[in-house]
Amino acid sequence: MTDTRDTQPRMGFFTDTSVCIGCKACEVACKEWNAVPGPAGSAGLNFTGDSYDNTGGLGADTWRHVAFIEQRTPPGGQENIGSTVDLGMPGMPGEHDRSEFRWLMASDVCKHCTHAACLDVCPTGALFRTEFGTVVVQEDICNGCGYCVPACPYGVIDQREDDGRVWKCTMCYDRLGAGQEPACAKACPTDSIQFGELDVLRARADERLAQLHEAGVGDARLYGRDPADGVGGNGAFFLLLDEPEVYGLPPAPVVTTRDLPAMWRRAGAAAATLLVGLAATFLGRKR
Amino acid sequence: MTAAATAFSVAGAGYRPLMRRILESWPVYRQVTGRDRTGRGEAAKSRRSAELTARTATADRVTKSICPYCAVGCGQNVYVKDEKVVQIEGDPDSPISRGRLCPKGSATLQLTTGSSRRHQVLYRPPHAKDWQPLDLDTAMDMVAERVIATRKQTWQSEHEGSETNRTMGIASLGGATLDNEENYLIKKLLTGLGVVQIENQARVCHSSTVVGLGTSFGRGGATGFMQDLQHSDCIVIEGSNFAECHPVGFQWVMAAKARGATVIHVDPRFTRTSALADLHVPLRAGTDVAFLGGIINHVLSTDAYFHDFVVPYTNAATIVGEEFRDTEDLDGLFSGFDEEARKYDFDTWTYDGAPVAPATGQRDETPGQREGDRGDVRAAGRSEQHGSGGPAVEGRDPERDETLRHPRCVFQLLKRHYARYTPEKVEEICGIPTASFEKVCRALVENSGPERTSQFVYAVGWTQHSTGSQFIRAACVLQLLLGNVGRPGGGIQALRGHASIQGSSDIPTLFNLLPGYLPMPYAHHQQTLETFIEADRARKGFWANMEAYLVSLLKAYWGDKATKDNDFCFGYLPKLTGSHSTYDTVMEQLAGRCKGYFLMGENPAVGSANAKMQRLGMANLEWLVVRDFSLTESATWWQDGPEVDTGELTCEDNATEVFFFPAAAHTEKDGSFTNTNRWLQWHHAAVLPEGDARSDLWFMYHLGRKIRAKLADSTDPIDRPVLDLTWDYPVEGPLAEPSAAAVLAEINGHDADGKPLSAYTQLKADGSTACGCWIYCGVYADGVNQAARRKPWTEQDWIAAEWAWAWPANRRILYNRASARPDGTPWSERKKLVWWDAARGRWTGRDVPDFEPEKAPGYRPAEGASGVAALSGVDPFIMQADGKGWLYAPAGVLDGPMPTHYEPQDSPFPNALYSQQRNPARILFPHEHNRYQPSGDDPGSQVYPYVVTTYRLTEHFTAGGMSRWTPYLAELQPEMFCEISPELAAAKGLENRGWATIVTARGAIEARVLVTDRMTPLRVQGRVVEQIGLPYHWGPNGMATGDAANELSAITLDPSSHIQEVKTFSADIRPGRRPRGAALPELVRSYQDKAGVTERTGTEV
Repeated sequence: MTDTRDTQPRMGFFTDTSVCIGCKACEVACKEWNAVPGPAGSAGLNFTGDSYDNTGGLGADTWRHVAFIEQRTPPGGQENIGSTVDLGMPGMPGEHDRSEFRWLMASDVCKHCTHAACLDVCPTGALFRTEFGTVVVQEDICNGCGYCVPACPYGVIDQREDDGRVWKCTMCYDRLGAGQEPACAKACPTDSIQFGELDVLRARADERLAQLHEAGVGDARLYGRDPADGVGGNGAFFLLLDEPEVYGLPPAPVVTTRDLPAMWRRAGAAAATLLVGLAATFLGRKR
Repeated sequence: MTAAATAFSVAGAGYRPLMRRILESWPVYRQVTGRDRTGRGEAAKSRRSAELTARTATADRVTKSICPYCAVGCGQNVYVKDEKVVQIEGDPDSPISRGRLCPKGSATLQLTTGSSRRHQVLYRPPHAKDWQPLDLDTAMDMVAERVIATRKQTWQSEHEGSETNRTMGIASLGGATLDNEENYLIKKLLTGLGVVQIENQARVCHSSTVVGLGTSFGRGGATGFMQDLQHSDCIVIEGSNFAECHPVGFQWVMAAKARGATVIHVDPRFTRTSALADLHVPLRAGTDVAFLGGIINHVLSTDAYFHDFVVPYTNAATIVGEEFRDTEDLDGLFSGFDEEARKYDFDTWTYDGAPVAPATGQRDETPGQREGDRGDVRAAGRSEQHGSGGPAVEGRDPERDETLRHPRCVFQLLKRHYARYTPEKVEEICGIPTASFEKVCRALVENSGPERTSQFVYAVGWTQHSTGSQFIRAACVLQLLLGNVGRPGGGIQALRGHASIQGSSDIPTLFNLLPGYLPMPYAHHQQTLETFIEADRARKGFWANMEAYLVSLLKAYWGDKATKDNDFCFGYLPKLTGSHSTYDTVMEQLAGRCKGYFLMGENPAVGSANAKMQRLGMANLEWLVVRDFSLTESATWWQDGPEVDTGELTCEDNATEVFFFPAAAHTEKDGSFTNTNRWLQWHHAAVLPEGDARSDLWFMYHLGRKIRAKLADSTDPIDRPVLDLTWDYPVEGPLAEPSAAAVLAEINGHDADGKPLSAYTQLKADGSTACGCWIYCGVYADGVNQAARRKPWTEQDWIAAEWAWAWPANRRILYNRASARPDGTPWSERKKLVWWDAARGRWTGRDVPDFEPEKAPGYRPAEGASGVAALSGVDPFIMQADGKGWLYAPAGVLDGPMPTHYEPQDSPFPNALYSQQRNPARILFPHEHNRYQPSGDDPGSQVYPYVVTTYRLTEHFTAGGMSRWTPYLAELQPEMFCEISPELAAAKGLENRGWATIVTARGAIEARVLVTDRMTPLRVQGRVVEQIGLPYHWGPNGMATGDAANELSAITLDPSSHIQEVKTFSADIRPGRRPRGAALPELVRSYQDKAGVTERTGTEV
């Protein structure tokens, strides 16, 4: 194995949700490549009634997930003409101006945090940071302790019911090793999911954001792009068209192990104090 | 860390001393000695992680293929390891898809290698309650014997005194998911056997496209190709849910949008396409002609048309005969309507000075023909032959008034016809507010002209109506007026939905056509090849060479047996006596006349209109052959179909023998698909099919071989056509797979020495050339499979002429002569494509000119010129008899020369434009299971007050046979649902995720409820109308299940194309699940009673 740490740039995803068509190719391509277990039978199927989302969210068996948000918000730079129809039904429940409507779609994925709590808390070394700067679970090491699950500030990493181990996006670690892009990014019909060197993607995202702002899409913003945020920035970041909460993303995520060093220092000090006290007690008795 | 410690070893570490290796396998050692002091990176890497390799990198080989789902035609790379397919992903070299795939394309590994595929032949004997396994060879023999017996028993030498040489006892359905070569063998063998009832998905999906585009422009295919969308300045997507149904093609809309194009989506629902559009305009389903007519009126009344394009390139200036009467004069009818026959006689629609009407029906009129035949000829769907060649125009050249002032010139007729399609009427009919309508008009007009182009994109949202051909015609008229044809970023993009549905139209598994849109002959007294050709060919244009095309086809079918002396075996062709479309076949089955049925990858028990009628038809068969991946509803209706639940059918009583043959996947066979843009793309076999699974090429070839062997000693003249067929394809490999390349070579054609032809202009009428499909001539030029060409898009210009092969003659944008001015110079630098190079004396440019390369712009035909020479150097529509784009169709469309708004068959509204409510020429099938509903102001119409529209979703494919069994797709849309607005939910007490029952006069289904703001109530004719959205993918079988939307639809057909109206009908909706058992038909009957439905309801003219 060659040591590429010095030459291999950090790789990442930039998911531009403004061009997502919600086709779910990413979900399927991911499952096909990674042989993620599908529903075993009809019983594993669930009509959620939540727009076109029937897989619910990221989990052990869904490593890319497309969220569908139907919103009564004026769409930036878009018009929906049904709006101006006077329905002549005052007081009808649910009635509203249809120009105040948009349908957001966004493909979510593990963020591959710069400061990854899941990795910090893993007691077995099952989670590790690869030479590409991504965070990967090693299925031959994971013992299913589940410590990483509550550690993730995004609720991404998840245990599989039948084997207890945790599973999540690997950014197709095997494909990256072969010089290939991850399956989801490769399939994405509109290039909503872009893969590449993180620095390049960040510059591209900045450009795209400026373009959208100029076009009057004022609510467009980048999420997880900032290296100064609570997780040190994400290896997988997003362009969103609304507040992160709308997409089910935490507005200001913080690495849950942020205070760990300070806690250890305090615990250490407390232990030292205890030991000193204990010693003093024995010493005192002699006296 | 002990697990890691024991497991780790470094690859290639054999050079190091053993102790060191053992030490290094211990992560703590690595952590302490290496740079990863925190032990969260390199040091923690496990042995598995270190050894991980991508299976794409270790595959033994990569086979080039094409996605088997929709007709975008995305490239696929199939990775094979140890003779197993291990991965399928996008081919980055493809200029169409650039390596991308939608969820269905991404799931093809699971589709082709998953456990839901069957690999064993199954047999259900008459009255049996279950399947039993059957040996493949025995099954083939049994089917061959049944074909022979049924054919003999039902042979019809003549019908009412005319020679027919056919059997009505056998029918076949399916072909759009198959290869061109497979379609060719199906049509060839079955035609040789005298079977005329050959149909495929093209009938129910896009037959009206062929009529609409073909009569307007001369060819029935999309005018351009998807990548060209990036050059559009305005894209109107209407009648299509582009982003959902053709996601990878949609990247080109996004490319246009990124370049600043305006994207408009006109659709009853706010879909994933609308979400990405600049403008969404909801309209009432089925009212598109009113909307488009409104835009036509706007363009004409504001003089916004592209004058310099319209005058020379369209028939705007042509004068129409004095006898013509418009809908303005006859309150919604054109002249020539025969109330009794419910058909138009088009004599009065013709051009002035063209005394013999250029009618398709009349083109078939031959000497000695009986009076009264003509109506039936028309019923035979002749309009579709304009898939490549517009209707003939006879007589002297029609008069033109290029000032466009003559009161009977087409331009003035058009103006008058559309004058009543005002913005106010558009609002009243479609529910589109005037301000919104004007926005669309403005966007289109501003983005048309010499410097700019607009493009229309549609799919089955336009085709599947009782006047579907006219929906497409209306867009053609508009695009001709705006000068958006034959130019980059212009034209009309017809999005087809099966991998080779364009191919199964071109090499038709369709009753009314022979390959290359040659008409199937109609039964006449003493008809000969000569009289047939004489009646059908055009005097001018390329269609004038029809004899060469037909004779070459007969030579391909019957080889040396076809000679000049025996009329090249013309008499072997079975003859039509009317419509034999798939819906007519259902009636034949119910009548007991059609006894044997092949289903080749089609699932009519879910996917065709009035699914119940489809099943009841099948239940009346003697034998049924189903070829598919899994046991679809069409294979199991006798066992667990809805009629078993209601008690209308029992296994014990049902005598149909059913054979199930597992089909090979696209990865298991060679062959070509023709995509929605006429591109033939070859896919190579990656592996052999497992078990009994076989290609349809294998099935047809060996079935033919067995039938011919069994009949070898026959002296019965009825067996001559099948015994004389050329049927000697080389076979390959352990399964004796016939060579698809050899079939493609036959389709391409060869000369008398067996040398491959390179262009259809080489075809001869003297029998010295053979060609299986004249429009595909050139696909095997120089003996090279041109469809297999795969020069990466990155190494070519945007036309990508060296990727695959497009008919005709590898031209990518049709009618591209129109991209230049009449004098041959480009309209503008920005929109230049093909132009006249005066120095070299030929047409040149980026695309292959769709024009005679050396015909100068100044060329004018001599008096009395005929054939291609009769077209001037200006005429861009070379397949049209007059070389012009047809704003007004004097022939070819059976329900009128100009598109006219009629209400759908079942509509809660009266026609606000004319007292003529529905399309007077629509085709009806009154039957106790196909009842129509009261419409408009008729009493009872409000029993079914809501407008239903049906559609596809991204996550599923057509009738579900390739998606409902695929777990990764099934979970994405797991159940049948209906989409309704919050207003309707509140009014009817429907809850999100709850159940609803939807009822029509045909049936009742249940569906989960999805309440969404994406469904908009519309104000139509002064009241609010709610629309209900129903995806049609589901049926009771497979993993993701639900009731089929087609339980609700009626069989009502567009007269020109015989396509069914399933995009709109009316229904009621109520909370809760539907009743079970006998109570279900009872519920349907109670609604019929309440609405006063009788056998006559809705059948008035």
